[in-house]
Amino acid sequence: MNGDTTPRLQPGTIRHPRPKYLDLFRIRLPVPGLASILHRISGFGLFVAIPFLLYLFQLSISSPEDYVRYRAIFAHPITKLLLIGLAWALFHHLFAGIRFLLMDVHIGLELARARANSVIVIVSAIVCAVAIGVLLW
Amino acid sequence: MVNRVIVGAHYGLRGWIVQRVSAVVMALYVLLFIGILIFGRPTNFSEWRGLFSGQAMKLATLLFTLSLLVHSWVGMRDILMDYARPMSVRFALETLVAVLLVAWGGWAVQILWSV
Repeated sequence: MNGDTTPRLQPGTIRHPRPKYLDLFRIRLPVPGLASILHRISGFGLFVAIPFLLYLFQLSISSPEDYVRYRAIFAHPITKLLLIGLAWALFHHLFAGIRFLLMDVHIGLELARARANSVIVIVSAIVCAVAIGVLLW
Repeated sequence: MVNRVIVGAHYGLRGWIVQRVSAVVMALYVLLFIGILIFGRPTNFSEWRGLFSGQAMKLATLLFTLSLLVHSWVGMRDILMDYARPMSVRFALETLVAVLLVAWGGWAVQILWSV
């Protein structure tokens, strides 16, 4: 990188203890960091949801009687809340993932753009989840 | 101190590529699926079931499922590498994730081919 004037630290030359901001309620992430940790959290949530979604899919597709049960489960407010949460996770993971793929080919790397497209990712995932919520309700 | 033994010249590269290829496959399937929902508008059981009765849709869904499994594996492994200590706990959790993913994959295939 051009203009990198950071002094190189020799191994073992750190003289004073470095601060560790590990208190989750004191950590203030920059926006790209927020988009990144939400990418991880949404990915984990989607993983956990796989058996629940498989169960719903099986009910919905195996027989007309099970389809009726599936509709009943689907109509329950808790299911709808869960699905809206999962829709957010899916859209955030998808949009943040596309952002990472673009960064792989060096698009949107400058700080200002990285911040701007992080905001776009976070906001559009929420907008899509709200839209799904409106459709479901 | 990080004292990791790194084996081979392409350490981690395969996971990196797998993660991206599977991501693209799933993104395309999600697009296809949203398109089907918008333009096909399956409204009852037989239409919904009929959607998955064709061989092309079955194979596309199978491809999506396989991508989901390997993508989940790499992602969960990354998460466990960051947070799961000590090694024994991490190894146990990684094994659990792998077993779950294979089981879920089998379940998905069973559902798909019962249609």
